[in-house]
Amino acid sequence: MAFIPHTPDDIVRMLEVIGVRSMEELFDEIPAELRAKSLSLPPPMCEMEVARLLTERAALDGRPLNFIGAGAYEHHIPAPVWAIATRGEFYSAYTPYQAEASQGTLQLIYEYQSMVCALTGMEVSNASLYDGASALAEACLMAIRSNRASNSRRILMPRAVNPTYAQVARAIAGNQNLTFESVDFDRTAGRTLLAALQAYSGQDFTALVLQQPNFFGCLEEVDALTDWAHDNKMLVIAVVNPTSLAILSAPGQWGAAERGAAAAGQRGADIVCGEGQPLGVPLASGGPYFGFMATRMQYVRQMPGRIVGRTVDVEGRPGFSLTLQAREQHIRRSKATSNICTNQGLMVTAATIYMSLLGAQGLEAVARSSMQRTADLVAALCAVSGVKKAFSAAHFHEAVLLLDRPAAPVLAALARRGLLGGLDLSERYPELGNAMLVCATETKLEADIDAYAAALAEVMSASRAAA
Amino acid sequence: MSSNIPTDLQYTKSHEWVRRMNDGAVEVGITDHAQSALGDLVFVEVPDVGRALRAGEACAVVESVKAASDVYSPVGGKVTAGNPALASQPELLNHDPYGAGWLFRLEMNVSADSSGLMSAGAYEKFLADESK
Repeated sequence: MAFIPHTPDDIVRMLEVIGVRSMEELFDEIPAELRAKSLSLPPPMCEMEVARLLTERAALDGRPLNFIGAGAYEHHIPAPVWAIATRGEFYSAYTPYQAEASQGTLQLIYEYQSMVCALTGMEVSNASLYDGASALAEACLMAIRSNRASNSRRILMPRAVNPTYAQVARAIAGNQNLTFESVDFDRTAGRTLLAALQAYSGQDFTALVLQQPNFFGCLEEVDALTDWAHDNKMLVIAVVNPTSLAILSAPGQWGAAERGAAAAGQRGADIVCGEGQPLGVPLASGGPYFGFMATRMQYVRQMPGRIVGRTVDVEGRPGFSLTLQAREQHIRRSKATSNICTNQGLMVTAATIYMSLLGAQGLEAVARSSMQRTADLVAALCAVSGVKKAFSAAHFHEAVLLLDRPAAPVLAALARRGLLGGLDLSERYPELGNAMLVCATETKLEADIDAYAAALAEVMSASRAAA
Repeated sequence: MSSNIPTDLQYTKSHEWVRRMNDGAVEVGITDHAQSALGDLVFVEVPDVGRALRAGEACAVVESVKAASDVYSPVGGKVTAGNPALASQPELLNHDPYGAGWLFRLEMNVSADSSGLMSAGAYEKFLADESK
């Protein structure tokens, strides 16, 4: 079935109007060498065949016991979340066209924005972005537009920030003449030291990126680092895990408390972004995800994406509408705040329902339980000969472990036992040696942790015997 | 629709006006025609004091409920003032585009070329041609 409503006659008439001979001619701008010669697709399949193929492929993943986090986190999702999110009234990938005709969807996004503001301690949130990594790239571009005190277009990017996020930020923002300066982390503590930043004191940087907890799961000293950045006229871009915000201080409150009174408006991160997947979105092979973003009201016009506002109609009845659209791409074209952002409507729907069902207490229970499970996991694994903790800083629900041999073969042996033991860090952080990043959320029971420790002990002693 | 075009000002094709001040500086705003086309303004962004502008450089943004549009500097120069009242009262630009709704003031470059600016009569004719 063709989903394009134009008949061949329509197409001929449209081409005539614009003076083009064929559909092909519309693509003349694209050089021949960049155009696909053939897609070499297999023959079409019927629905039954496709369903069978996908079921077989899905089964190849198995049902491994997962201890990998690194930006994607396995949390329990209460059954009502997706039962409600997939109702016909909500089941849409984006904000609907003729948005104001869909008051229910707009209200949901409004509630979502309110929840993000409450979690992050910020004044205004957008309706979401593609994912956490592109949200960071957008936050960097937004910082350039917002920080009038800086002309450098340079951003300080600690190496303790998720390296995939940093890579995406470089790919997107690098093409708009932004440059990034890497800031090393402390090998003992596993976090970014104030002393490392002080090497840049007095220099013109537009913003400092701070991830809390950082990629290693360690807690950064965000108060001191935030104050340092503000003292040096930089904006602070916070990258945060939404689950952790139930127990960690909100980015809006970062910085020394006494500063709030002394230098009004200077306390707290300026732009907050992150990955929303932990809030009710299941792990699937590579997606879907959604990014969130919040900021101070003073920067609202520099924030990309859409915002839903609450208002009243001519008769005084409450209603919801898209607001601050004047800087979006359908109006501003190439001068829009962003031309590659959209909101992730369905994921945001699930996250909003997830947060509503859990409430503040429920989210805090998830955060505390995940933190405890990871502490238990680290203790159990470090009891295995040849395994030790890499860093001394306090951590949330992830930690880096050091092995006495390369991590890759150990992780491969565990995978053969149905265990995803962690992420091998040797490629991204060769200086750490045989390091791997492990994670346990509330979904891991004591028995799971015991099973992992026992399997690791076996794998380690088997390979020791073989050697 | 006829719009107000004061004869003591000069104009650009992008609908800015220029007023020569007594001290040699110039004041810049957008015309009555421009504010009327944009509709109710909700936000105005003016250039920072001290910024050096080239003629034709986008340097301010006027945002209505319908669109955000750039304002271009009519001549080259250095910004000496931005209208502080517009931050809280963008509607001044709708109500009094040639007075309280001024956008910014410039100290013109010595070499600044203002020969491309139009007189009120030329701008009126330009508007008439544009609407044909």
